[in-house]
Amino acid sequence: MFQVRIHGRGGQGVVTAAELLSVAAFREGRHAQAFPSFGSERTGAPVVAFCRIDDKQIRLREPILAPDALLIQDPTLLHQVDVFGGLVPDGYILINTGRTFEDLGLGEFVGNFSADHLCTVPATEIAMKHVGRPLPNAALLGGFAALSGRVSLQSVNAAIREKFPSKVAEANVAAAAAAFEFVARAKQEAAHAQAD
Amino acid sequence: MLKQTEGSAAVAEAVGLCRPEVICAYPISPQTHIVEALGRMVHSGKLTPCEFINVESEFAAMSVAIGASAAGARAYTATASQGLLFMAEAVYNAAGLGLPIVMTVANRAIGAPINIWNDHTDALSQRDCGWIQLFAEDNQEALDLHIQAFRLAEELSLPVMVCMDGFILTHAYERVDIPTQEQVDAFLPPYEPRQVLDPADPVSIGAMVGPEAFMEVRYLAHAKQKQALELIPAWADEFRRIFGRQSGGLTHAYRTSDAEVIVVALGSVLGTIKDTVDEMRAAGTKIGALGISCFRPWPLAAVREALSGAKRVVVLEKSIAVGLGGIVSNNVSAAFAGSPDDVYTVIAGLGGRAITKKSLHRVFGQAMEGTLDALTFMDLDHALVERVLTREREQRRSGPIAEGILRDLGVVAAKIG
Repeated sequence: MFQVRIHGRGGQGVVTAAELLSVAAFREGRHAQAFPSFGSERTGAPVVAFCRIDDKQIRLREPILAPDALLIQDPTLLHQVDVFGGLVPDGYILINTGRTFEDLGLGEFVGNFSADHLCTVPATEIAMKHVGRPLPNAALLGGFAALSGRVSLQSVNAAIREKFPSKVAEANVAAAAAAFEFVARAKQEAAHAQAD
Repeated sequence: MLKQTEGSAAVAEAVGLCRPEVICAYPISPQTHIVEALGRMVHSGKLTPCEFINVESEFAAMSVAIGASAAGARAYTATASQGLLFMAEAVYNAAGLGLPIVMTVANRAIGAPINIWNDHTDALSQRDCGWIQLFAEDNQEALDLHIQAFRLAEELSLPVMVCMDGFILTHAYERVDIPTQEQVDAFLPPYEPRQVLDPADPVSIGAMVGPEAFMEVRYLAHAKQKQALELIPAWADEFRRIFGRQSGGLTHAYRTSDAEVIVVALGSVLGTIKDTVDEMRAAGTKIGALGISCFRPWPLAAVREALSGAKRVVVLEKSIAVGLGGIVSNNVSAAFAGSPDDVYTVIAGLGGRAITKKSLHRVFGQAMEGTLDALTFMDLDHALVERVLTREREQRRSGPIAEGILRDLGVVAAKIG
């Protein structure tokens, strides 16, 4: 079972991101379970949503306490919420920011992680460019597809098209594709840097 | 058709396929998405003929459902928590009049303190009102139980409550198989009422009954509800033949055949319990689980049979009978052929407290060793409770408990997880 925890703020599409990820996994023939942390729907309040992906039926209903991957939609949460709580050793971390892990003061924390499990992507900027609104969720899912390979960009796009009307969907598909490219390129550069 | 969708959306589709003629509801979390989706289906003409009636309260929702059902319409509503309590008088009336209304209860705690999260206090508060109560383990079963509920309700002329865990199921996206209209039509015949308000053949429904016959009417309610104990397993079999899957029935036994300890529970927590049972089995522990799918009528014989080989029974329930302990465990004790001292009550998950495998391992391990207390509040913060009790001992004006306990915790509002 692969478990993803998504942190963000009310209004950023955190719950929708988990739902889209589950639909993307379902479209690849996997079992998936997405659910929100309930109650704090207020705009701006910290929100958590979860997605489990497995090859068999998922019966477990506890919150995801030991995620394999973290998607952090708002870097200001780093100072407010224990977003890294329970993260498995060498898990995946994708943060929506134009800054690096070192800039964010996380250099030491991620010291033992594989470089190709970590990435930052300016998803809000990408969303502003393609969607015209600061909704980073679709872009982050595109980035997550590139970072982890757990779902394909095509499946993420199909999930977006299933959820939204066509105009909104295409804008978000463009954002997901741009973030996918960004993360894929960042991974390549990291791999080259390591090889050098 | 297999679909990845929200529990509420899946239930709304199932209800739509049952061809309800009147839907009335008042929105309350976590039921809202179900009736919103049905409202859209009626508005768009996808669900026709059907009238969606907006009402001003839950009391009105159930009253309108009673009127619609008495007029011969297939009637549906949904509610949760305080909404169920607010309609309680009409809930009793629907049962007493024998009207086959189907209602989803998206289970949620009851205040005060205000709490919108899941537990079973709402539905269990109405356990003796005369409605049949079915509990869903996952979204597939929630969807399927609604189809079975309409048939059961209309055959017996009794209302049926389908209970599904609020948020945990209603708001979870998971894989469900949405049946075809043909499958549902093959299982659920058109509604043929036993009683109907028909201008061409006038009757009154709702006579006053005095001491001369009230006992008999009440006895019939009991006797009729017990007929469901025969119909539910038979129709679960028929359902399996048409839809190709097992859903509903009275109980679900899981790895109980040689189990020394059997854990009994209702609803979605059974999934986490089964995963825990598998892990304990892998370590050689003889433990199993029994899911109660039908809580009313109480399937006494089926529960007795399922528990017959167990040395100890742990009832894990998301409800509390304040001043007694467990509600479900009280029912289980009546069914367990062994000593009532071997039935243990574990209260868990009240007001949305997460029920984790880790805690279940601890409690079930204690049950295996014989060291579990007769009544356990799983993951209770004893230090926090003690602070409140100390304050009450030391100060006469100790203040409101909820505010005080949040202050002790250092939070100003509810926290998740």
